[in-house]
Amino acid sequence: MVMTLKITAVAVAVGIVWGTLLALMRMSGFKLLAWLAASYVNLFRSIPLVMVLLWFFLIVPTLLINLFDIPRSSDTRLVSAMVAFSLFEASYYSEIIRAGIRSVAKGQMGAASALGMSYAQAMRLVILPQAFRNMVPLLLTQGIILFQDTSLVYVSSLADFFGAAYRVGSRDGRLVELLLFAGAVYFIMSFLASLLVKHIQKRKTA
Amino acid sequence: MNYHWNWAIFLAETPSGSTTYLGWMLSGLEVTLALSLSAWIIALLVGLLMGVLRTVPNRWLSGIAALYVEVFRNTPLLVQLFIWYFVLPEIVPPSIGDAYKALNPFLQQFLAAMLCLALFTGARVCEQVRSGINSLSVGQKAAGLALGFTLPQTYRYVILPVAIRIILPPLTSEFLNIFKNSAVASTIGLLELAAQGRQLVDYTAQPYESFIAVTLMFMMINTVVMILMHRVEKRVRIPGHMSGGQ
Repeated sequence: MVMTLKITAVAVAVGIVWGTLLALMRMSGFKLLAWLAASYVNLFRSIPLVMVLLWFFLIVPTLLINLFDIPRSSDTRLVSAMVAFSLFEASYYSEIIRAGIRSVAKGQMGAASALGMSYAQAMRLVILPQAFRNMVPLLLTQGIILFQDTSLVYVSSLADFFGAAYRVGSRDGRLVELLLFAGAVYFIMSFLASLLVKHIQKRKTA
Repeated sequence: MNYHWNWAIFLAETPSGSTTYLGWMLSGLEVTLALSLSAWIIALLVGLLMGVLRTVPNRWLSGIAALYVEVFRNTPLLVQLFIWYFVLPEIVPPSIGDAYKALNPFLQQFLAAMLCLALFTGARVCEQVRSGINSLSVGQKAAGLALGFTLPQTYRYVILPVAIRIILPPLTSEFLNIFKNSAVASTIGLLELAAQGRQLVDYTAQPYESFIAVTLMFMMINTVVMILMHRVEKRVRIPGHMSGGQ
């Protein structure tokens, strides 16, 4: 479970930061930047997560070995998984954030420039804080999806919560119980988290 | 990096000799398409039924639908797939379980993956249907009932035709998702597109070529689906209604 939560936490944090940058790039006036960000997002959104994971288990170790002088045998699967999930989730987060920025009234930008703020200042001090407040429920929901998706690191036989349950189950010939147990744990955690999201949503509209 | 590119690998014969590596890829593509499309049809039916149930004025029926959605949305697809494939044959009555295990392995994997994807996606479709129905004004339903329609008739002739048109765009993305999610079926050994890609890596040691090929095929599927759904949206649009349509 620690492994699962670790991957989720890293991917949410990096994903939101990188996703924000992507969204800003896509909405900026520079055509090249906007185009790059758009193709990045579309690429990641059009291929299955399993494929993305496989790609990164292939590329990241080679890069790491070439860039930093680390022994060939070292275990890079966790790093690969974190990189893959971060980059993959960033494309989903960037779409949420883009919608969030759009939801802030246009006049806000105008007002900020009228007050003499630069574009960067207006974004940072006026637009983004409001956009993020609007987006909290969606960002959390995406986090829950991510939490469930981390089980897919199974393809690299990394022992996250699900992988561990599966291994124990097949070792002891208790696969049925262990799989149902894993399902129940994921269900309880995700369900509680989604209740929390609903609660936040309600409090905001109230 | 001194990687040895060899694109001609796809035309080379496989060790079994009956086909080329490209043939493997295409058969994987076929499985992916068959799996996703059959699961999608079931998902639409289940989602529609459950979505309607969630909105009917009967606590039991809407409760069942809500339970279905919560269970299937709050567990990972991978866990669901493993439960379908490993657990279910053990806990159903032995006669059914044994009949299932007597099927050939491919069919076993295909059935498990199909049911899993169908019910997983069905829960998502159900939520879209519900939000589509809820987005209509209450007056529509009242008007239908006032005209002497029964409740099922009101749904059939008044509410659903409009609700489904409204939710076409989110349904398109669910349709795209089912193709992507079908790649998860490679974990139980079903030889669909992603699994063929990995098998190619094992046999040829040309990971980049095979992964690029698989990625391109998934992107192709995506593009085709988007174009198709865009056409459908245009065709069924009610003139003067929902001017945007997007």
